[in-house]
Amino acid sequence: MATILLIGEQAHGHLKKATLSALSAARQLAQKNGGQVQGLLIGAGAAQAAQELSGYLGTVHAVEGAGLEHALAETHSAAAVDAVKKLGATDVVLAATAYGKDVAPRIAARLGAGVASDILAVVSGNQFKRAMWAGNAIATVEVTTPVKVITVRATEFAPAQKSGSGGSVQQLGAGTPSPKTKFLEFNEVKSARPELTEASVVVSGGRGTKGDFKPIEALADVLGAAVGASRAVVDAGWQPNDLQVGQTGKVVAPKLYIAAGISGAIQHLAGMKGSKTIVAINKDPEAPIFQVADYGLVGDLFKALPELTEEVKKLK
Amino acid sequence: MKILVTIKRVEDYESKIKVRPDNSWIVTEGVNYRANPFDEIAVEEALRLRDANLPSEVVAVSIGSGAAQAEIRSALAMGADRGILVKHDGFVDSDAVARLLKAVIEKEKPDLVLMGKQAVDVDDNVTGQLLAEYLGWGQATFASKKESLESPEEKAKKPGLKVLGEKKAVQVAREVDGGLEVLEVQLPAIVTVDLRLNVPRYASLPNIMKAKKKPIEELAPPALGVDVAPKVKVVRVEAPPPRAAGVKVPDVATLAKKLHEEAKVI
Repeated sequence: MATILLIGEQAHGHLKKATLSALSAARQLAQKNGGQVQGLLIGAGAAQAAQELSGYLGTVHAVEGAGLEHALAETHSAAAVDAVKKLGATDVVLAATAYGKDVAPRIAARLGAGVASDILAVVSGNQFKRAMWAGNAIATVEVTTPVKVITVRATEFAPAQKSGSGGSVQQLGAGTPSPKTKFLEFNEVKSARPELTEASVVVSGGRGTKGDFKPIEALADVLGAAVGASRAVVDAGWQPNDLQVGQTGKVVAPKLYIAAGISGAIQHLAGMKGSKTIVAINKDPEAPIFQVADYGLVGDLFKALPELTEEVKKLK
Repeated sequence: MKILVTIKRVEDYESKIKVRPDNSWIVTEGVNYRANPFDEIAVEEALRLRDANLPSEVVAVSIGSGAAQAEIRSALAMGADRGILVKHDGFVDSDAVARLLKAVIEKEKPDLVLMGKQAVDVDDNVTGQLLAEYLGWGQATFASKKESLESPEEKAKKPGLKVLGEKKAVQVAREVDGGLEVLEVQLPAIVTVDLRLNVPRYASLPNIMKAKKKPIEELAPPALGVDVAPKVKVVRVEAPPPRAAGVKVPDVATLAKKLHEEAKVI
């Protein structure tokens, strides 16, 4: 029977939510190829996060050890390859996060496997759908190699539900890596708001804000929403990099996406047009954003957003 | 120091992308082509490193049909020293690209390879990582910098990467989920670049003229000993599902009412 190895992502022993979406994709793959999903977590805190993941899976493996503290592609891919070989896995599944994108291709190269990256759907045991040309075309790709590596666009798969019985955690040994890469520091962007890719409501601002995000943030806070930004805003240094929504930034698909002062460049649309309901507020009635908006309001965001904030307060 | 940069010919992101009626690929007739924007950032960074203080040669490599000469020329016009075209007509998957680049690198022996984090046609984001593993090198993906693109450092065209000659290493700030991570990678290394590393320069007319005289070497996959049969085949291409047409609302009160009663999202 095929073994599908889901490589989870964790920080300080806590499982990242994207892992549960990748698990849903792995379960779909298991249905198509008759395989069984096992989990793997790597690095400091792996055992604790594996415990959490074992609520969803029969068997979860944890690898901890010297040299694995930081999520370096070299060391984590080597640990993953060891596990794949020990377990005889035929499919390796990761979320297409910064971590997954960094690590997955190295695993594939080591295993002689093809990579289907950032998939939107599982078509069969070896065929997957994925976006190309900034989402202007959807390709079905076929991985022809015996071992396959798949990264999963988390917003396209609902997070997996717990399985009834719960599973066990097993420790796997680690080699002693001597990577050519050294971790120096991590400059974390801290925010009290929900994470962009996990929020059910996102309020984004573009060039029309002229860098003043106060009305965006005020609306986001009454909605319990995450704040996003267009590329122009981030390029200007008005907002941090990891708030960028777009083909080259974060791909989001919330229940409600409010775009204020965003014209709607192709690369921005690629990052948000999967949202359930889209609202566009822009002074320019010809702005391309209105073509994807369910509700469009032509007007000044500095007037409209505070009004909308008051309306939302009244409704709550 | 030798820096190798990749430069891929891709459909212009301003062009309208349409799917062929037989769903085999996109319509390529009438589409404009240009260099992959991420690769242009890689070229710019290589030139800044060279111009800062590192005596370097910058070599621009492309894999594609003869038409990709144009994108190599664009890198040469920006300031790269010479070009290499690995000539191949038709689709090559990212894995074959990585193995072709490995063969070129074994011939050229660069100290640093800079490439876009993804090409904006297939949006794969895997080639640099595959290449690093095939070579057994360290990698830093999604290279960025702490300073914004409107900072004085950027206006002064300072490189975002820090090459440490005495340690034979490069320091790279990476855009990852939740912040910026800084790594030090031993040379030779693969660095894939993200949007916020720099703003690429435009080629000046004199430099465009000069670029016409710079050499471009042509190589072929068989001569490099690489079989380009894909590990990942594209079996079908379709248009994305269209979104239902939306409505314009006259004022905020109507918008709030619709979001509450019709869409039920607030």
